[in-house]
Parts: sequence; structure tokens; C-alpha cells
Amino acid sequence: MSEHRTPPPVSTMLMRGLFEENPIFRLALSLCPAVAVTTSVKNGLMLGVAVLVVQVLSSMSGSLVKHIINPKIRIPVFTLLIAIWVSAIDMILAAYFAAVYQEVGLYVKLIVAFAIIISRMELFSMKHSVVPSFWDGLGMGLGFLAGMVLAGAFRELLGNGSIFGIALVPFKPLLLVVLPAGGFFTIGLIMALFNWVDVKRGHKLPAGGGGAHG
Amino acid sequence: MADAKVVSPHEILVEGALPADATAIRLVRSSDADIPLAVVSVKPAAQANSFVLTTSETLNSQDHYQLTAKGVDQPWEIAPSPLALVISVIIGSALINNFVFTRYLGLCVFFGVSRNKDTAIGMGVTFTIVGLLSGMIAWALNTFALVPLKLEFMQIIAFIGVVACLVQATDLILKKVNPMLHKKFGIYLVLITTNCIILAVPLLNATSGATMLQAFGLSLGAGLGFALALFLMSCAIEKVNMAPVPVVFRGLPIAFIIAGLFALSFLGFSGLKVA
Repeated sequence: MSEHRTPPPVSTMLMRGLFEENPIFRLALSLCPAVAVTTSVKNGLMLGVAVLVVQVLSSMSGSLVKHIINPKIRIPVFTLLIAIWVSAIDMILAAYFAAVYQEVGLYVKLIVAFAIIISRMELFSMKHSVVPSFWDGLGMGLGFLAGMVLAGAFRELLGNGSIFGIALVPFKPLLLVVLPAGGFFTIGLIMALFNWVDVKRGHKLPAGGGGAHG
Repeated sequence: MADAKVVSPHEILVEGALPADATAIRLVRSSDADIPLAVVSVKPAAQANSFVLTTSETLNSQDHYQLTAKGVDQPWEIAPSPLALVISVIIGSALINNFVFTRYLGLCVFFGVSRNKDTAIGMGVTFTIVGLLSGMIAWALNTFALVPLKLEFMQIIAFIGVVACLVQATDLILKKVNPMLHKKFGIYLVLITTNCIILAVPLLNATSGATMLQAFGLSLGAGLGFALALFLMSCAIEKVNMAPVPVVFRGLPIAFIIAGLFALSFLGFSGLKVA
């Protein structure tokens, strides 16, 4: 049985997900969607919102049931909890946003296997009660959402010359960026940017370079 | 039943008696049986009792066709040979649509374990075996239980359940039966649950309504492709670790750039096709 710890203040929990422990650029978790669906801001936004909702709901429900499950089988139980929420979100998106769902549908289903969600349940929800779990889930979800939108904006602007489907320049500056390979380049460059900001602010980078492996 | 197969993009070789009149022959794709494909001519082939049909439309040797003729009771079913089908699905999922480099799946595990060759090989082997097993079990569950019972909305929950149980079971069995092997590969087993490829394979199979052979090919090809990607990446990372990389790019950023270069080179496979 895990005991409750005093949760950190709400602002810390929110900002941690956005910057210091940004799921995509710092923790390097849940990379598949970050590379795959960020060809446009709209796709990135949609998957980001889906992950945000699933993260918050899973963190809260994980925190609720933590006392009644045997710690030995917590991983399968958490996975099933996530799967339930993902199924619900999947059906809602398929019903209300059919056009975007066509493009990102597979990745919405795959939220089940995203390491970020189960790792927050393991690291945070197991030790804290429902309300802090909500804020932690919200912070992590927002960090993921922000990362998706940032990468989506970068790729859509460079690859299609538009933002949110609205053409800004009448040509396609760098088509490479929306190709499969471009996703990898984009994430690599943004990660390097995060590291650069860190170095400028006088922080030391972790020994193995930026971003801990998940 | 008499034999018939697609021999070239416009020709079908048919064994058995056929009327010489091309209008008496009806050729359709099994997927849309209402639209006949025009047969231009019927000629006797070099072999005895065989004919060559010429069509105006382009035929695909991977497709299924049905051939009927007036005065002949039995229809011909034209299907690709099972072996060719499996090989083409394996090559398709391992190289042309490599799960890591063109579908961007399994990246967390990919970047996590591609730091040296030994772990890359260990993960590749473990993943291929478990992936094949779970792919086949999930396919059977979907085909024989979920679809007949109209429970398709349970697919995500059912498939992740299969994966989680299989991983736990493999872990337990391996620990009892071969502790040495468990020591070596046990750590990778745990990581498999968070690998999206293992869940993507059954979902893709279910969406495309794959046959057992196709499901087998996709599961195996996904595993092989993942293992190949891991091995290539670990070789590159081992070299890069000795190179003077700019400070802000060290670690993951450079790994992403390398993966991007691999992805570019994998675009070259897109022209590959099994004849």
C-alpha cells in the first residue's frame, strides 16, 4: 500500500509538464505521434487534445483505484484503464471529427501504448490522491499538446507554406519537412533548440546529452 | 478444379476447356463481382489443353479474380500463390512501409535501446517472436470472436489485453524454463508492452480484414523491419558516439537526425515489388 505524499504546488505541477519535463522534447516519450501526425497544426492539435483528455482521466482513475489493486498486477490494470478511456475518446472523435480522424485514427487508438500516460500513472498517481493527479495529468497533457502544436506549426509552415490550412505564402518552401524523414529532422531540431535555451540560461545539460531515454 | 493464373499484366493462363469466343467468357475481380473486365482474345497456349486470355485492363498478380465461361460449369478462381502473398506482405511491411522509418511507430523503444548492438539484437529478436505470437492470437481473437459477436468496438481493449497477458506469460514461462535466457531477454519483454508496433499490427490487420496468411506476413514483417531498423541505428549510433557532435545536438537530437537520414534512404524501397 502506498502512502500519500504531500503534492507539490499546482503551478509546479503544471509548468513541469510544459517545460522541464516536456513529454516530447525532454522525456522523449510518446515520440511516435509527435513524428507521425504533426504534418499539420490541425492534426497535431487533435491528437494533442485526445492525449490530454486520456492523460487526465487515466491519472485520476489510476489514483482512485490504487488502493484496491495488487501492486503486482498494476501494469495490466493501468493498461486496461487507459484502454477504456482511449476507446471512449476514439469513438467520440470518429463520430464528431470524421475528416481529421481519417488521418490520425490509427494513432488515436495507439494512445494506449504511449509510454507517457502509464509512466505518469506509475510515477505520480500511485503516490498521490485524485486532485494532484488531475493537475499533474493536465500539466503533462498540456506539455504534450504544446509540443505537438509547435512541431505541427513548424512542419506545416515550412512544408506547405500555411498555418491551420490558411496559406501564408503562395509556395511550398521546403517540401522535405512534411515527408516521413522531415518529422525526424523537425523533432531533432526542436530538441536541440530546447537544449540551446537551457545552455544559454546557464543550466548544465545531463551527461548523456539532452533528453532522457524512456 | 482447373488451374488459372495471372502470368503478365495483360495475360491469364487458363488450364482446361474454354470456348474460343471471347464474348462467352466473363472475368471479374472477386472484390467487385459486378464489373466484368473485358477479354480481348482467347488463344491456345503452348501447353496442351491451355489457353491464354488477353485483357485490355491491367491485371495485378496479387489480386483475386473469378473466371466463368458459357458451357463450362466450373468457375476458375484466380488467386496469388500463398507463398508469394506472404513474401510480398513481409517485404512490404519490413522494407517498403517499414514501421519505424515510414510509419513512425515504436519510436520510444527504438531510441531507447539502439545505443549498442547487443541490446539492439536482443530487443529485435524478442520483439519479432512476441510480435508474431501476439499478432496471430489477436487475429484469431478478432476473426473468431469479436467480428462474429459484433464486438469490434472492444478491439483496443481486447488487443492490449492479449499483448499484456502474452508478455506476462512469456516472462513467467521463460523464467521457469530457461533462467539464463530470461536474464538476457527478460528486460526487453517489459519494454514490449509500451511499443506501439505490437498494438498497431493487430489494429491494421483488423481494419484491412486480413486473411490468416496476410496477418502472419504483417506480424512477421513488422518484427523483422523493427529488428532491422534497430540494428542499423545501433551501428550508426556507435560510430556517432566517437564523433565530435555539437553540444546541443548530443544524445537524442542527433539520433533523430540520423533516423531522418535512414527514413530518406528507406524511401528508395518504395519501388520494390514482388512479381
